[in-house]
Amino acid sequence: MDPIAAKYIGAGIACIGMGGAGLGVGLIFANYLSSALRNPSAAQGQFANLIFGFAVTEALGIFSLLIALLLLFAV
Amino acid sequence: MDPIHQFEIKNLFTIGTFGGHEIAFTNSAAFMVLAVVLTAALMLAGTAGRRLVPNRIQSMAELSYEFVADMLRSTAGEHGMKFFPLVFTIFMFVFITNMLGILPYSFTVASHLIVTVALALLVFFTVIIYGFYSHGLKFFKLFVPSGIPLVILPLVVAIEVISFLSRPISHSVRLFANMLAGHVTLKVFASFVAMLGAMGAAGWAGAVLPLALTVAITALELLVAFLQAYVFAILTCIYLNDAIHPGH
Repeated sequence: MDPIAAKYIGAGIACIGMGGAGLGVGLIFANYLSSALRNPSAAQGQFANLIFGFAVTEALGIFSLLIALLLLFAV
Repeated sequence: MDPIHQFEIKNLFTIGTFGGHEIAFTNSAAFMVLAVVLTAALMLAGTAGRRLVPNRIQSMAELSYEFVADMLRSTAGEHGMKFFPLVFTIFMFVFITNMLGILPYSFTVASHLIVTVALALLVFFTVIIYGFYSHGLKFFKLFVPSGIPLVILPLVVAIEVISFLSRPISHSVRLFANMLAGHVTLKVFASFVAMLGAMGAAGWAGAVLPLALTVAITALELLVAFLQAYVFAILTCIYLNDAIHPGH
C-alpha cells in the first residue's frame, strides 16, 4: 500500500475513538439532565462537577484526535 | 475558499532578529494585545465610578468578577482566592480572544496549539511549584489515594501519575481542537454559499439553506467560545485545588 494512503486511513481509524468519547459525554449530560429534573434545587450546585466530568471524558476523545492530527501533519 | 487560510499567521512588522530568527509582530500578537487592551479598558472603566448602584459598564465588570470568584471558591475553597488574579486573567484572555475570533476577517488566537500549550504549561508548573512550596514532599500524597488496598496500590499510583502528566496535553488540545474545528466548519459552510451563488439563479435559491446554517453555526460558536473559556478556567481551578489541598 502507498504509505501516504496508509497514513490517511490510519488517521481516519484513529477518529473512531472519538465516538466512544461522544457516547460518554452524552451519558454524562443525559444523567445530569434527568437528575436535575428530579431535584432541580440541587442541580445548580453540581454544575462544576458536570463540567469536570465532561472535561475528563472528553480528554480521551481528544487523545484520539491528537493521534489523527499527528498522523496527518507530523508523521 | 480554503478553510485553513483564516489561521495563517502574517507578519505585520519586524521588530528585529534574534539568533538568526526573525522576531516579528504578527496578526496573532495584535489580537492578543487587543484582548488585553479590551479587558483592561472594561475593568478600568468599570471601577472608575465605584457607584453603590452600578451603571452598565460597572455591572459588567462586577458580573465577570463574581463569576470567576464563585467558580474559584466552589472548587478550590477560600484558600484558592490567592490565585484569583491568575484564574481571572486566564479566563478573560481566553474568553475575549475567542469572542474576537467569531468576528469575520478576525484571527482566532486559540486556534494555534502553541498559544494554548503555553497557557496550559503555565497552569501545570504553577501547580507543581506551589504544591512543593507549600506542602514539601507531602505533595506526593496527591498520587496516593487513601483507603486503597496495598495490593493494587502500585497500579493506582501509576495511573494517577500518568493522568497528572497528561493534564497539560488534554487541557491545551481541548481548547485548540474546539476552536480549530468550529472555525473550519463555519468556513466550509460559508464556502457552500459562494459556490452555489456562482451557479446562477437556481444556485441563489439553493444558497439560502447553507446561509441559514452558517448563521446557526455562528450562534453555536458563540456558545462554544464561552463554554471553552469556562472549561479552561474551571480546570485551572480544579488543578490549583490539587496544589492547595493534596491528598484525596
